[in-house]
Amino acid sequence: MQTRRSFFKTLGATGTGFVGATTSASASSTPEADNSQLAMLYDATRCIGCKACMAACKRVNTRAGALEVEQAAFDEDALWDAPAELSGKSRTIIKLHRDEEEWSFVKQSCMHCQKPSCVSACPVKAMHKDPVTGIVQYSRDTCIGCRYCQIACPFNIPKFQWDKNNPQIVKCDMCISTNLRDKGTTACAEACSAGAILFGRRGDLLKEAHRRIERKPSRYYPKVYGEHEIGGTNHLYIAGLPFEKIGLPTLGTEAPATASEEIQHTIYKGFFAPVALYAGLCAVAVRNMRRNGNGDPEPSGEDPGAADESAKR
Amino acid sequence: MSHHEYQKVEGRIFSRSFFILLTFVLIGMSLIVVRFVKGIGAVSNMNDGYPWGIWIAYDVATGTAIACGGYAVAILVYIRNHMRYHPLMRSCILTSLFGYGLAGFSVMVDLGRPWNAYNFFLPSKWQFNSVMFEVALCVMAYSMVLLIEFLPAILYSLEKSKWVRFRRFMDWLHPRLVPDKKAVLDKIERVQAGAGWLRPRLEKILIFIIVLGITLPTMHQSSLGSMLLIAPTKLHPLWHTPMLPLLFLINAIFMGYSIVIFESIISSYSFNRPYESREIAGVSRVIPGFTVVWMLVVFGDLAYRGQLGAAFSMDHLSLWFLAQMVLVGTGSFLLLGARGPSSPRRSPRRLFISAALILVGGAVYRFNVYLIGFDPGQGWSYFPSLAEIMITVGIVSLELLGYLVLVKMVPVLPKAHGAPPLQTQNA
Repeated sequence: MQTRRSFFKTLGATGTGFVGATTSASASSTPEADNSQLAMLYDATRCIGCKACMAACKRVNTRAGALEVEQAAFDEDALWDAPAELSGKSRTIIKLHRDEEEWSFVKQSCMHCQKPSCVSACPVKAMHKDPVTGIVQYSRDTCIGCRYCQIACPFNIPKFQWDKNNPQIVKCDMCISTNLRDKGTTACAEACSAGAILFGRRGDLLKEAHRRIERKPSRYYPKVYGEHEIGGTNHLYIAGLPFEKIGLPTLGTEAPATASEEIQHTIYKGFFAPVALYAGLCAVAVRNMRRNGNGDPEPSGEDPGAADESAKR
Repeated sequence: MSHHEYQKVEGRIFSRSFFILLTFVLIGMSLIVVRFVKGIGAVSNMNDGYPWGIWIAYDVATGTAIACGGYAVAILVYIRNHMRYHPLMRSCILTSLFGYGLAGFSVMVDLGRPWNAYNFFLPSKWQFNSVMFEVALCVMAYSMVLLIEFLPAILYSLEKSKWVRFRRFMDWLHPRLVPDKKAVLDKIERVQAGAGWLRPRLEKILIFIIVLGITLPTMHQSSLGSMLLIAPTKLHPLWHTPMLPLLFLINAIFMGYSIVIFESIISSYSFNRPYESREIAGVSRVIPGFTVVWMLVVFGDLAYRGQLGAAFSMDHLSLWFLAQMVLVGTGSFLLLGARGPSSPRRSPRRLFISAALILVGGAVYRFNVYLIGFDPGQGWSYFPSLAEIMITVGIVSLELLGYLVLVKMVPVLPKAHGAPPLQTQNA
C-alpha cells in the first residue's frame, strides 16, 4: 500500500500526471515488458461471482465513461443491472464458464496490453497508452468513431455505442479519472471482498500470481495468462482451468501491432519510397511527353511555371 | 491535352433512368437521416464483433478498387506511353472521382463521430503507426488530385459552352425571380474569360498532378491491404499474410483495367455510341499479366506458409477462396491466346464477360479479407440489414446519377468513330 501511495506522489510531484502525460510514440519492436506499470491480477479460483466489482465499476464510472444500467428482458421493474456481455454500457463483467464437471467465474475487461493493438490502429491518437502508468486510455474528444480499434483488439474489448447518435468507445481505463484519482485503486479491486482482484504494479502482481500457484499447485492451472501473451498484458489472470476453457483466446507471444507496424514502416520509412516513386514516375512521364511532342500544346520542361512568368515580364 | 478527343453525350438530362436513380438516392438519404438521428445500430446489423460492415467492405475497400480505372489507364498512357488510350482518360478520371467520392461519403456515414474527423488535419494527432491514418490522408489527397485532373474538362465547358440550358432556365423562370438578366449574362462572360485564362496554365503543370495521381493510389491501395494485418487472430490464414499490401495493389490494378472495359461497353450500349473496340481490346491485353502474377503470389504465399491444404479443404471459407480464384482465373483465361483486335476473342461481348468475371472475382477477394474471412470468435455473426444495403444502393445511385448528368454537360466520353451498336440492342 505504501509503495503505491508514494508512487502516486512521485507522479504528482514530477507533474506528469495521469491524464496529461505525453504520448508513447514508441514505434517498432516489442520492448521488454515494463513491470513498473499499473496492473490488475484476477484470481478466478477466489472469485465468488458476487459481481460487486461490476456494480462498483458502474457506480463510479457511469458519468465519466457514459455507461448505462442494462435491464434484463425478464426484469420489467428494472430492479437489476444485468449486462449479458461487455457492451457500450458496461466496462467489466463477471461470467460463469462451465461444462459437465468443471466451472469457473471469469472477469472480462481491458487487458491494458504492453503493446496494444488498439493504440497502434487508431488513426488520430484517441487510444493512447500512458508511458508511465501503462493505462490504455480513450479520448472521446479525439475519437472519430472508425472502430478500427475494435477490429484490431484480439480480446474484442473496445465496445461501441451502436444505439446512440453521439456514440463513443467504451472500455476500462483503470478508473483513471475517478476511483484511481480519488482513492488510488480501481473500483473493482476496491470492491472485491474475496481477494480475487488485486491492483498494483505489474511486477509485484506477477510475483504474487506465481507465489499463489506455487503454494497451491493443485488449485491452479500452472500459468499466468498475460505474462507473455501478445508481448504481455497488464491485466493478469490465474485460474483453476486452462484459460481457453474460460473464454480467453490462445495467443502467441508476439504483439500483432509489432508485426503490422514493421511492414508499414518498412514501406514508408522516412517517406523515401513514395517520394522516389513520385520522382521516378515524373521523370518517365515527362520524358514520354517530350518524346511524343504532340501531347501538349507546348512540351513543358521540369518547371513549366518559370517560362510563363518570364514571358509576362 | 487535346480537347477535340472528347465529346458530350446528346440527350435529355431528366431521362427515365434519372428518376429511377433519384428514387434510390432519396430512399438512401432518408435512411442516412435515420442513422444520424438514432445511431448506426438503428439502420445496420454491424455489431461489436463485426464493427465494419458493407459500408467499409463494399463502399471503401471494393468501391475504391472499382474506381481505379483512372489510375490504371494513367499508368498505361503516361508511364507506358501508349498515347492511343488517351481518349479513355477523361471518363476514367470521372468514374474514379465518383468512386472515391462514394467511398468518402460512405465513410462519413460510417464514422461514429464524424464531427471529430478534422483531427486528420491536426499534425499533433497524426498517428504514423496507424494504417488507417495513411489510407485516410492518401485517399483525401487523391480525391483532390482527381478533381484537379478533371478540372480542364469543366473549364473547357465553362469557356466554350453557349449556356443554352442556363439561358432556357432563366427564360423559364418568372421574370420577377430573375432580377437583372443583363448583369447575369455579363457575369457569365467573365466566368468564360476566367476559365479561358486558367485552363492553359493548369494544363501545363497537369502532368505533375497526373503523376501524383499514379503515386497516391499505389500507396493507399496497398495500405488497404495492410489494414487487416493487425488482426492475425481474426482474419483467416488463407488471407492474412504479409503479402496483403502487394496483393491489394495488383488486385486494384487489374480491377482498374477491367472496369475501364466494363464501363466503356456499358456506356456505348446505353448511350447508343459505337464501341471503343480498339482501345478496350488493347487494354484487355494488359490484364492477364497482372492477374497471373497475382494468382502466382497468392498460391506461392499459401504454399510458403503451408496453407494450401486450407485452400482446398472445401469448407465454407475454402469455397469463397476458390470462388475468388476461379472467377479471376476464368476471366483472364478468356482473354488469353488471341492476337490482334479483330480476333473473335476480342469481341465486345467476350471482353465484357471477362471484365465482369475479373471484377466480381477481385471484389470477392476484398470481401473475403474484410468480411467473410474475418472471424472475431465468440459466436458473432453479421449479415447486412436491408436499410444498410439501401444506404449503399443510395450512395451508388448518387454516383451514377452524377455521372449521367455530367457526361451530358461536359465533354467526357471519347469522340465517336465508327458505327453505333445495333439499334435492336438498345431496346
